[in-house]
Amino acid sequence: MYDYSDFDEAFVRSRVAQFSDQVSRRLDGSLTEDEFRPLRLMNGLYLQLHAYMLRVAIPYGTLRPAQMRALAQIAQTYDKGYGHFTTRQNIQFNWPKLPDVPAILSDLADVQMHAIQTSGNCVRNVTADHFAGAAADEIEDPRPYAELLRQWSSDHPEFQFLPRKFKIAITGSPNDRAVTRAHDIGLRMLRNAAGEVGFEVMVGGGLGRTPMIAFVVREFLPVADLLPYVEAVLSVYNTLGRRDNKYKARIKITVHETGREEISRMIEERFTEMRPQFGGADQALLSDIRAAFAAPQFRVAPTDSFDAFYKADPVFRAWADTNLATHRNPDYAIVTISIKAHGQTPGDATSQQMRVMADLAERYGHSDLRISHEQNVILPHVHKSDLPQVHAALAQVGLATANVGLISDIIACPGMDYCALATARSIPVAQEIALRFQELKLEHDVGPLKIKISGCINACGHHHVGHIGILGLDRAGVENYQITLGGDGSQDASIGEKTGPGFAYDEIVPAIERIIRAYLEIRQSAEETFLQAYRRAGIAPFKAALYGADGAKDAA
Amino acid sequence: MSRFTPKVVTANDLRIGDVIYLTADDRWSRHHHEAELIEDEAHAQLRLLHAAAQRNLVVGPYLADAKQGPNGPEPTHFREAFRTRGPSNYAHGKQVDFAHV
Ligand code: SF4
Repeated sequence: MYDYSDFDEAFVRSRVAQFSDQVSRRLDGSLTEDEFRPLRLMNGLYLQLHAYMLRVAIPYGTLRPAQMRALAQIAQTYDKGYGHFTTRQNIQFNWPKLPDVPAILSDLADVQMHAIQTSGNCVRNVTADHFAGAAADEIEDPRPYAELLRQWSSDHPEFQFLPRKFKIAITGSPNDRAVTRAHDIGLRMLRNAAGEVGFEVMVGGGLGRTPMIAFVVREFLPVADLLPYVEAVLSVYNTLGRRDNKYKARIKITVHETGREEISRMIEERFTEMRPQFGGADQALLSDIRAAFAAPQFRVAPTDSFDAFYKADPVFRAWADTNLATHRNPDYAIVTISIKAHGQTPGDATSQQMRVMADLAERYGHSDLRISHEQNVILPHVHKSDLPQVHAALAQVGLATANVGLISDIIACPGMDYCALATARSIPVAQEIALRFQELKLEHDVGPLKIKISGCINACGHHHVGHIGILGLDRAGVENYQITLGGDGSQDASIGEKTGPGFAYDEIVPAIERIIRAYLEIRQSAEETFLQAYRRAGIAPFKAALYGADGAKDAA
Repeated sequence: MSRFTPKVVTANDLRIGDVIYLTADDRWSRHHHEAELIEDEAHAQLRLLHAAAQRNLVVGPYLADAKQGPNGPEPTHFREAFRTRGPSNYAHGKQVDFAHV
């Protein structure tokens, strides 16, 4: 795993010292809130509904055990004993007190973490496939490139004041688990006809108020051209992007207003100018970084204990069937630890749970942990013979829920339980849907289904790309939930379609149930997933289920 | 002319971020029902200015709609109602910090 260089270390420490001083000056009144606000946001500190919130970056979702333990310790010492993993592979602490924040940042720096560039109009945490370096379908581990981008974008003087925030996602697999097509820049690794590795570069994706799927600006970018090309995109955006209107400032709007052809031409032109300025230092750096991401020494051992457990223990089998993914080493598995126990808050882990996951990673997982944008935690490298022990240890702390990829594995943003921008709650909606389908014992029968919930139009909960998306709104002073269907965040990305009028808070769970019952009725076989059935049959049967045949709301 | 909707002045505490309300006797209370219910627009603006001047204590003061209830002012919008309690997914925030009050 990548270790901070002396330069990284000194930079982060100097920022902690600087911010500590700024906090003191705010507390003694030398700084006004107007002066302090941009300074705290540069350090990931927000003021939410009930308290401050500190957002800490987890670069490309990768953590080592000592870092996870430090997060657990921070949660326990300065917060309420838990942390919230977000859709951008960050962790948020919901209750820090302002005078404690310098100490928290200093504790984070001790384990090479920080909260820099988790807010503001800069390049945010670069996100990556959470199965990176482990997935069987992967061409190459994308994290060295993500780390290269992280170093390049951290404190980059030209890109600290972009027209708006800027998000980059990267995957090394043809099967996109990183929602690359909904990012400002999405990078998907592929091979060209000659077998060389490169990137499909997509630009202008984004959710929020104006959801857009990114368009392919370069079909094959040789890996050596990555930095100059990304810099060319940023540079064109920095010049063209609108600073007059916050709602039109994201690159997706720039692309839309400038036209794909013209913006592609400008990017290529800028790239031609930039390319010679990259004299190879980036490639030397990349090869150092690559060494830090070398694959672990995989263990060679029999896997029959796994097979025996799988046969004998139905609880283990159910978990193995849903929560394991195929590792590139056939003796290994990728474990997704569900942070979505039915009725719990999606993405929230207690300090105790974080410590158990850290211990398991150390003992059985080559000291590697990942946070997924789907708000789960991954042990990417577990030898199959260790899976029964891992499962048993997880079960002790409520982390063995067998629901990954199912209806209760819901993405939910913090919504109006925490977020100052929210227009409605999202967490309790997720909790109630999960509990309802547990009670119905339907979720394994329903099969793969992604529900994603946002508490406002900003779409942090990715509702536009949920197979079922739920958007919480404030309609005349009451919470109202709008449903979209058929969204998809994979390589076949699509934006969900609105079903029609929204539903009140106490109507939304029954409405979701009607959608699911309609799906079960129309599917051609148990193998036809919700998304496939939707793509085949269209929205009509679901509308009928939601609103009745005549379009009126059906109370049944 | 439309009637003025009564207001309270609310903000967040600078040090801990907790929701606070301006009282008629110039204190900051953690409780909505202790807030001063302001029924006059000009007075509301004055009270907001008074709040904004206390920049070493409070962050982001604003006027929130409220109504008179049996025990003092009550919020009228659900967002403000949540702010008087805390989150709905855990017993955290005011709903437990002041459960005994
Ligand atoms: S989608 Fe809205 S409510 Fe949810 S976290 Fe983002 S800004 Fe807050």
